Amino acid sequence: MPRINEKVSYWMLVVPALAIMVIFYIVPVLGIWKIAFTEPATGIENFVAMAGSNAVKTSFVITFRVAAITTVGCLFLGYIVAYAISNYASKLTPLMLALVILPFWVSVLIRSFSWIVLLGRSGIVNDTLRGAGLIDAPFRLMHNELGVLIAMIHVMLPFAILPMLTNMRGISGAYVLAARSLGAGEWTAFRQVYFPQTMPGVMSGALLVFVLSLGFFVTPALLGGGRVLMISEYITYQIQEFLNWGLGSALSVALLVATALVLLIAARFVNLRSALLERK
Amino acid sequence: MPRSAFQIFFQTGAWLVIAFLVLPLLVVLPISFTDTSYIGLPKDGLSLQHYANYFTDAEWLGATWTSIWIGLVVATCATVLGTAFAIGCWFLSDRASSIARWVLITPILVPPVVQSLGFYRFWVVLGLIDTHVGVILAHTLLALPYVSISVFAALTNLDRNIPRAARSLGASVMQTVWAVVVPAAKPGIATGFIFAFIVSFDEIVGVLFITVRRVNTLPKMIWEGIQDNIDPTIAAVATVLVVITLAATAIGVMRRK
Repeated sequence: MPRINEKVSYWMLVVPALAIMVIFYIVPVLGIWKIAFTEPATGIENFVAMAGSNAVKTSFVITFRVAAITTVGCLFLGYIVAYAISNYASKLTPLMLALVILPFWVSVLIRSFSWIVLLGRSGIVNDTLRGAGLIDAPFRLMHNELGVLIAMIHVMLPFAILPMLTNMRGISGAYVLAARSLGAGEWTAFRQVYFPQTMPGVMSGALLVFVLSLGFFVTPALLGGGRVLMISEYITYQIQEFLNWGLGSALSVALLVATALVLLIAARFVNLRSALLERK
Repeated sequence: MPRSAFQIFFQTGAWLVIAFLVLPLLVVLPISFTDTSYIGLPKDGLSLQHYANYFTDAEWLGATWTSIWIGLVVATCATVLGTAFAIGCWFLSDRASSIARWVLITPILVPPVVQSLGFYRFWVVLGLIDTHVGVILAHTLLALPYVSISVFAALTNLDRNIPRAARSLGASVMQTVWAVVVPAAKPGIATGFIFAFIVSFDEIVGVLFITVRRVNTLPKMIWEGIQDNIDPTIAAVATVLVVITLAATAIGVMRRK
C-alpha cells in the first residue's frame, strides 16, 4: 500500500476531534476579538475606555497579585509534600499520594463552599475562637483578599505538587549521597545539590498555577464577596450587569494576551511540552 | 536512627500541608447534620432533615440526574473523539500532528469566563442556548484535552514495531488500531473517560452563561444556593459527593496494593 494512503487514514482519526475543536471552540473564542473591535462601534474605543479606567487597572493589579501570591504559596507548601513523598519511603507514602490527589476529584465549588463555612463571619473558625473566649469580635477572614488567597492556594496546591513529584521521582539519590559523603551537611546538600535539580518541576508547577490563577473565576467570586474583583469577575459584571459586551470582550482579549505573554515568557524557563502537552 | 531537624521539618511539614488539603473537605459533614435551618454547626442535636430535603426535592434530584446523564454522554463523546485523535497523532508523530495536539489543549489555557463568552455568542447564533445539546457540546470541548493527554501518555510506552508487525502481516490500518493500539491504550482511555465525566459533572462557568431555566445542573443549583447562603441542603449534597469521592479513592488505593 502506498504510504500516502496510510497518512490519510491516520488523519481521518485526527480530524473529527480537531474539526469540532476549531469550529466550536477556536472560532467562538476568536469571535470575542471581533466583538472587542466592533461593538458598539468599529474601532479601538473599547480599548481606550479600558486603558483609561482606574477600576480596570485596580482589577488587573489584584489579579496579578493574587495569582503571584497563590503561586508562591503553592510552590512552598507543595515542595514540602512532594519532597516528603519522593524521599521518605514508608508504608504511608501511597496514602499521602492518594490524599494529595483526592481534592482534585472534589469540585472547586464544593471546596470553595467549605471555605465559606470555615471562614465566614459566624463560620466555624470564628465561632470556635469566640466560644473559647479568645476573641470578642469575629475576624474578617473572607470577603477580602486573605480569604480568596487561602481558598485559591487550597484549590491550586495539587497542580503544583504533581509536576514537582514527577520531576523529583526522576532524580537519583546518588548526587546527594555523594555530597554528604564528601562532608556536606544535610541542608547544604539539599540547597546546593538537590534543590537545583528540582527546578524544572518547580517551574512547571509555577507556570500551571499562575496561568490557571490568572483566569480563575469561581473561588475569587465566592470568597471575595464582590470586594476582590479579579478580571474574570470584572468581565462577568460588565456583561451581566451592564450588558457592556464591548468592554467585556476587550477585557477578555486583554486577559488572553496576558495569559499568552506569561506562556511566552515561561517558554524560556520551562519545557512547555512536558509541562502542558505531556502532563502525566 | 535519630531524626535530624531537616527530616522533621519535611515530614511533619508534609503532613500539616496534607491536613490543610484534606480537612477542609470534611467540614461539610457536621454542617450537613445540623438541626438548624441555616448553615452552622448542630445546636441541640443531629438531624437528617437536610438529607431528607435533598432526596425528596424534585429540583435537586432533577439537577443531579441531569448532571449525571450529561456527564456520561460527554464522557462517551469525548473519549471516542479524543482516543481516535490521540491514536492518529501517535501514528503520525510529525510537526502537523504536534500542532494539532496543541490546538486540542487550548481549553486548558483559555480562562473559563472568556471561553464561556465565546460559547454564549456562538450558541445564540446556533440556537443552542438553554439546550442539553448545547451543554453537551460545550462540555465535550472542555473534556477533549484531558482525554487526548491521557490516551497519548498511555501510548508513549507502546513499541512502534508492534503495530508495524500487524500491518506487515496484512492487517488494515483500522484493524491495527482496533486490535493492537486500542488495547494498549486502555488504561489511558479509562482515565480519560473518568476525567471527562468529572470535567462535565463539575463544570459551572459555561453552564452559567449558556443555560437559563430549562437546563439545570447540580453545580448550578449549588452555585445559586451559595449565593443565597442560607440553605444547609448544600452541605448535605456536598457531603454525599465528598463521601463518594473518599470511597472511590479508598477503593482505588486498595486495588493498587
